Amino acid sequence: MQAEEKFTYETWPASPEKATLEAKNKFLGFWLFLGGETVLFASLFATYLALKDKVPNAEQALAKDLFELPLVFVMTMLLLTSSLTSVYAMYHMKNYDFKKMQLWLGITVLLGLSFLGFEIYEFNHYVHEFHHTFSSSAFGSAFYTLVGFHGAHVALGLLWITTLMVRNAKRGLSLYNAPKFYLASLYWHFIDVVWVFIFTVVYLMGMVG
Amino acid sequence: MANQQPTSGNPRVDIEYRRKKSAEEMRYQVITFALMIFLTLVSFVAVGYGEFSGWFIVPFILLLAVVQVIFQLYYFMHMSHKGHEAPQIFLYSGAFIGAATVLAFMTVIWW
Amino acid sequence: MSTYAQKKGFGATIWDYMTTVDHKKIAILYLIAGGIFFILGGLEAMFIRIQLAVPDNNFVSAGLYNEILTMHGTTMIFLAAMPLLFAFMNAIMPLQIGARDVAFPFLNSLGFWLFFFGGLFLNLSWFLGGAPDAGWTSYASLSLDSAGHGIDFYALGLQISGAGTLIGGINFLVTIINMRAPGMTYMRMPLFTWSTFVASALILFAFPPLTIGLFFMIFDRMFGSNFFDPAMGGNTVLWEHLFWIFGHPEVYILILPAFGIFSEIFATFSRKRLFGYSSMVFATVLIGFLGFMVWAHHMFTTGMGPIANAIFAVATMAIAVPTGIKIFNWLFTMWGGSIKFTTPMLWAVAFIPSFVAGGVTGVMLATAAADYQYHDSYFVVAHFHYVIVGGVVFALLAGTHFYWPKMFGTMLNEFLGKITFWLFLIGFHLTFFIQHFLGLMGMPRRIFTFLPDQGLETGNLISTVGAVLMAVAVIVLLINIVITSVKNERVGNDPWEDGRTLEWSIPSPPPFYNFKQLPLVRGLDAYWLEKVEGKKGMTPAEPLGDIHMPNNSILPVVMSLGLFIAAFGAMYRTEHAWGLPVLIGGMLITLLAMFARSVKDDHGFHIHKEDLENDDDKGGKA
Repeated sequence: MQAEEKFTYETWPASPEKATLEAKNKFLGFWLFLGGETVLFASLFATYLALKDKVPNAEQALAKDLFELPLVFVMTMLLLTSSLTSVYAMYHMKNYDFKKMQLWLGITVLLGLSFLGFEIYEFNHYVHEFHHTFSSSAFGSAFYTLVGFHGAHVALGLLWITTLMVRNAKRGLSLYNAPKFYLASLYWHFIDVVWVFIFTVVYLMGMVG
Repeated sequence: MANQQPTSGNPRVDIEYRRKKSAEEMRYQVITFALMIFLTLVSFVAVGYGEFSGWFIVPFILLLAVVQVIFQLYYFMHMSHKGHEAPQIFLYSGAFIGAATVLAFMTVIWW
Repeated sequence: MSTYAQKKGFGATIWDYMTTVDHKKIAILYLIAGGIFFILGGLEAMFIRIQLAVPDNNFVSAGLYNEILTMHGTTMIFLAAMPLLFAFMNAIMPLQIGARDVAFPFLNSLGFWLFFFGGLFLNLSWFLGGAPDAGWTSYASLSLDSAGHGIDFYALGLQISGAGTLIGGINFLVTIINMRAPGMTYMRMPLFTWSTFVASALILFAFPPLTIGLFFMIFDRMFGSNFFDPAMGGNTVLWEHLFWIFGHPEVYILILPAFGIFSEIFATFSRKRLFGYSSMVFATVLIGFLGFMVWAHHMFTTGMGPIANAIFAVATMAIAVPTGIKIFNWLFTMWGGSIKFTTPMLWAVAFIPSFVAGGVTGVMLATAAADYQYHDSYFVVAHFHYVIVGGVVFALLAGTHFYWPKMFGTMLNEFLGKITFWLFLIGFHLTFFIQHFLGLMGMPRRIFTFLPDQGLETGNLISTVGAVLMAVAVIVLLINIVITSVKNERVGNDPWEDGRTLEWSIPSPPPFYNFKQLPLVRGLDAYWLEKVEGKKGMTPAEPLGDIHMPNNSILPVVMSLGLFIAAFGAMYRTEHAWGLPVLIGGMLITLLAMFARSVKDDHGFHIHKEDLENDDDKGGKA
């Protein structure tokens, strides 16, 4: 099969993510999926904005009581950096340097994991310190759904990248798996795009009141 | 189509050019990253400083977010490259419909 | 292929269809499943009309009536109309652009099975404590208060089948963008392909808001959130917006492919190039765009305020312009043509006045101030049945007759087809025309009975008589299908003799690789062009070579089954101890199947050149 053909640095095509028809289809299909995801997250943002600070009684915490800048800042830096590391991974993929690609993907996964860790800590903190839960108010439902959907995307992305890394660890790069790595990294960047809006709209605008 | 061999015209001549090209691209991406970190810092400082009015901060940080996302899309996700016409059309359509949704939810939901 | 299939046993055939990734077989699956749901939805419609035939009727109770009404709407839209259109899109679109398959054969199969299990789940509600009863729109203030699990079945079932539709939409888009044959430029694509393209784009952007709305509904009803509960700060109007941001594009997802089917039929049987092809394309795209900007016209009486109402009213009326362009183009296509009144053509001709009537009442309803009078009356019921039956169902029935030979290799009986047509046409207008007046006389929508001596008896009785005629028409169609299948008289490439597009240049049904050699497309109506120049078939665009084909897989069924099981767990989680484990177990099945798909390489296989050469009688020349 040509998909399993071995390459060298010299014969590796310039755009391995789009070198075969199958890869071209995947590439386009995934971008279209991201277009749909844009609408999906926009609906979640719209709902969050509509239900922000909508609580049944005055005792409940509002956005400005909950959020703290340092924690969000650390999470943002982690995710932004992981976006850069996955760009590095794709740089090495294009140069047919499998080991370096795996290394940078590994760093991406670690950064993503620590982001998730902070997010779990954060949710736990809100639930126990402020009694701000999924069921306590419409605000709570909207907050946890929006940020949680993003968190679930992060978790799925981690699972995806890890699976790819393990599966191909012994095989090296081919035209069959290069598009898969490329799409996983696109997905990872998209998660970052969503987070940029989350930290701006949810956290920073929440602090402003 | 399935049997198409993906080789560029003359790989050995290409190779130097490609190496230079991707090194250059990597430089752009690092610059982009530095700018994104900077923009993030600016929005956090603008909010953390606490002296500006909300009427200034909200549009300002939203603008910074949009700029940052454009960097992310065009440099990190390579939307500036050729062959991204269809992705652009569909991503912008999605963003447009999303924006209409947000607008509606902030105006006509009957509070 | 047919001789090959007949040799296999029944079990092997079932297995073949469960694992198939061939777009033509998936089309048949969509046709069968969609057809069964269409009959189910039709039965529900009959029960509605029997109940309303006479005043103070007690054929069904009020509660059961609500369930029947809800299931009629939900089934017809999600489980009948859309899958049946998907059947034609799958069967015909890849052939029209000269492709060997869709872009993602595996996902194509997954899309079907998700739809199937979602629809099955929704309909199991009848046996498990009652169907949903809050209308197909399932407005939150009503559905959150609905006792039992009906609404849970609605939300979970539509969530599963909606995911399938989204996958199908992306698949069609990529197919059309990437897989067109040499020479098939965008402006040479047949109108049915164009309308598939635009409808798929609408699916891509319209289904995410529904997904989100359904998630909120699931969370509110089953996981304790408060999106729609005003007492906890929620807002019930959010559901209406989310639903209609999806719901309005949804009606264009239905009607655009219907327009596409009619465009093909008009050109074929007028034996003339489609009039104003480029303006047709433009109008299709414009309708698609405007379809997203008008959702709130379903909510004029919600109290959005005069500015919002005015904006949405004007945007809605604007849609009449591109639709009008289409109507005139069809009329001008027939003008001066050498028309053959075959069964599909009869449907197409009858579609124009029927659909225009629905369009006119649409503009009436778009007038926000007047809508306060029409809202929630039978006038609305008449309007949307005129567009959806007069547009979409006519197209489905026309398409069934038109494409049957291409899908199954044998012609439906024309005489019985015409009987179906006349019965259905008369029945349709009898049923729904009078409902305009019932509405204007004050009969509200969705009531389960009415009182005598209010002037509503005659109208409702006429309406019921019409419904019976439609039912008889569908029975005649079923008889026609059985007779045709038993006789099984094989037909050639171009059974209507006037085929214009690529699908008529290859055998009926096509071999599983569609085109032995990809055809060279030299213009709009590619096959017609060749015929006019006296050639027998298409000129090949490539030498005969190995053809790459995808492998079959059972994983789509497993993935969908996992979600189906998980949905039961989610629903019974709070009342049964086994709920949570079942939820997690179902999700695990799906995840493991996805994992297996990801880890196991699937390179497909090749049909070798030599085998193709031996297959001469089937593939024909491109």
